[in-house]
Amino acid sequence: MFKLDKFLVGFAVLYTSQFMVSAANAQNVGSVHFPGIGRDATPAEVAAWDIDVRPDFKGLPKGSGSVEKGQTVWEARCAVCHGTFGESNEVFTPIIGGTTPDDIKTGHVASLTDRKQPQRTTIMKVATVSSLWDYIYRAMPWNAPRSMSVDDTYAVVAYLLSMAEVVPDDYVLSNENIAEVQKRMPNRNGMTTKHGLWSSKGAPDVHATACMNNCVAFVQIGSTLPDYARNAHGNIALQNREYGPFRGANTSAPPLASLPGDTVIATVAVAPTVKSKTPEDLFKDNNCSACHAKSSKLVGPSIADIANKYRDQSGAEDKLVAKVKAGGSGVWGSIPMPPHPDVSNETLHTIVHWFLTGQ
Amino acid sequence: MTSREHKTKGQIKQAPENFLSPELIADLNQHGLDDTRRGFLRTGFMAAFTGAIGVGSANAIASADGDPAILEKQVWQTTLGKNVATMPYGTPSIYEANLIRRESPGLTRVSAASVAFTPLQGLFGIITPNGLHFERQHQGWYNVDPEKHRLMINGLVKHNRVFTMNDLMRLPSVSRIHFIECGANTGLEWGNVAVPTVQYTHGMLSCCEFTGVPLAVLLEECGADLKKGKFLLAEGGDGSGMTRTINLEDVLHEAIVAWGMNGEMLRPENGFPLRLVVPGVQGVSWVKWLRRLEVGDMPYATKDEAVHYNDLMPNGQSRQYTSIQECKSVITTPSGGQQLLDKGFYNVSGLAWSGRGKIRRVDVSVDGGNNWRTARLETPVLSKALTRFNIDWVWDGSPSILQSRAIDDTGYVQPTIKMLRDVRGTRSIYHNNAIQSWKVDSNGEVSNVQVG
Repeated sequence: MFKLDKFLVGFAVLYTSQFMVSAANAQNVGSVHFPGIGRDATPAEVAAWDIDVRPDFKGLPKGSGSVEKGQTVWEARCAVCHGTFGESNEVFTPIIGGTTPDDIKTGHVASLTDRKQPQRTTIMKVATVSSLWDYIYRAMPWNAPRSMSVDDTYAVVAYLLSMAEVVPDDYVLSNENIAEVQKRMPNRNGMTTKHGLWSSKGAPDVHATACMNNCVAFVQIGSTLPDYARNAHGNIALQNREYGPFRGANTSAPPLASLPGDTVIATVAVAPTVKSKTPEDLFKDNNCSACHAKSSKLVGPSIADIANKYRDQSGAEDKLVAKVKAGGSGVWGSIPMPPHPDVSNETLHTIVHWFLTGQ
Repeated sequence: MTSREHKTKGQIKQAPENFLSPELIADLNQHGLDDTRRGFLRTGFMAAFTGAIGVGSANAIASADGDPAILEKQVWQTTLGKNVATMPYGTPSIYEANLIRRESPGLTRVSAASVAFTPLQGLFGIITPNGLHFERQHQGWYNVDPEKHRLMINGLVKHNRVFTMNDLMRLPSVSRIHFIECGANTGLEWGNVAVPTVQYTHGMLSCCEFTGVPLAVLLEECGADLKKGKFLLAEGGDGSGMTRTINLEDVLHEAIVAWGMNGEMLRPENGFPLRLVVPGVQGVSWVKWLRRLEVGDMPYATKDEAVHYNDLMPNGQSRQYTSIQECKSVITTPSGGQQLLDKGFYNVSGLAWSGRGKIRRVDVSVDGGNNWRTARLETPVLSKALTRFNIDWVWDGSPSILQSRAIDDTGYVQPTIKMLRDVRGTRSIYHNNAIQSWKVDSNGEVSNVQVG
């Protein structure tokens, strides 16, 4: 009876709160045309979701953070993907690099035109400091978005800007001084809205004509796929129908010497394409590949590193299965392994077995 | 060809009769097709098929009696087929297993922030099957619980409002067919040829019938101040909290807050249960898992408007808020990576679309752009939707370069890659709407090339 009582009380509470929402609905203050549909948002609800920060800093919450604190937060939560100095291209494109003190003066990043920089970094491109603040607060870290505090966000932005020499190493960034920092953003003058692609009525910038006959004196092929890339996207025969007029070329072999005619059937019957799931499929399907790669370290350790560490330990498979299921931290660094209660033991054993043995 | 080859070619080898064992047939009838049984079926079929090398295409009758596909009884003619609802949610034939969404190897490092491309080389008409709609995720996807999904509208409105799915789906809805194309579609090809097939060159393109409530209806219901509020921030409910600025003046009367996609609910990887549909505008603005709309008086310079989705010009300036997908077309069959078997008649087929309106005309060249013929446009021809075109072609076996060139109802003509580069350089990444060239070699293999 006790259990039932508790259940009933719980039900009553649930019912009452439902009723209160219904009551708000019944008032329906804001409804213009559709009575009974929608309700007014409470101030707390708007505050919970309306977190965007505009270039004029509307929406920026009060707070502050130092470069020094930013470095601590960065090393604990960000460096694993972005590198200690925001320079890494292991997981994502680099954030820092390619800007100069002169760019800070002009507001134009010179390396966007001189091509000395192999990759365009975030700091080379971004014109508005609000964009950095908004995105870090809204979506970082990658595997735990919405977990940054307001002050930690200020601190991380300050640390990034210090590495690009936009602010000094002893700087404390805050809602009070962020507008001053905006005036030093390296690419702050690098954006233009003078183009025809913001509105469907915008004027095009390229004007072709529809010539019908004798349009090109000499057709020259300027670019083709290099021979070594023939099979880089896998066998194209297995990415097309294996019947009908438009089969795929068997790119696991050199091009045919002549038109295949009837014999093409032999080139297509390369391998059955329907197969049961491999451990690698399961690894991808269950999102393990979001953090682990075969031989390089992403957010988590590589499969090779895991195998090297555990291969020879007795009971390693069971131990790792339990660990993946429950989650854990501390073995490979400060980023915790999240728990995976939804993945079946059978699947986990298949994946872990594959980790350890390659089979 | 030697006489011996003639003879081999002329022979009819018996296809292994009953290549499926009676046991497997009984088993299939009882249990239906699962992966294991599908594997058996496939192996059996392949064995039969491989055994039949030399038979030739169906119409190359080489025996006095005729084609065994006609003369011999097939298993599907002579045994009992499967029950209804064996597959309660139907899936394509096992012979279609090659046509799936695929990633481009090496394009991204993490698959939760990546792209899977639509296999345009195998699709017909203008509607993309839901399971093949391209995917672009920024921070992974979820099956969002529709009972817990909310849409909030705030900013320059009389009343900040909250809607449940129950609320939204009671409102007057519309269903419209529109294309969606990622701004970076064909972006790999700005500098040179980079990928082999139309799946990878143009496969961030899909077209569906979307069902939902017009954005204008919702904004009016909330008392939006559209005189001051020229911009809309659309925000997603995923981990990336995707945000994009929408140019309200331009799209107010066409945008839809949609839950339906080709007659069923949106697929989770495409934003179930709610996404914004912004016809003519690049896919990133069609915010998925749409949870908030904020009416504002200036653009927001969100991460994907300040770091990505800007078009870098040769002078170092980046074009910001480039949104419209200009008129573009591509031949989907024959296309890169395909293998023609023989000379003779082909129906050359492709897709054309424009973010500024309807397709007026499509021309096709088989000589690298020297001479052009006008293709047939298949109906329906809808504004900001894919349009299918077809044209007859008798291939004489000599090397050819196939191209298509679309013209929209503003009179804009799809440009060559050279014309685009002359104005925009090669480092823009986004909005490459160049004419695509496919070279057909004398061995029948089709490859991706750029001319001029």
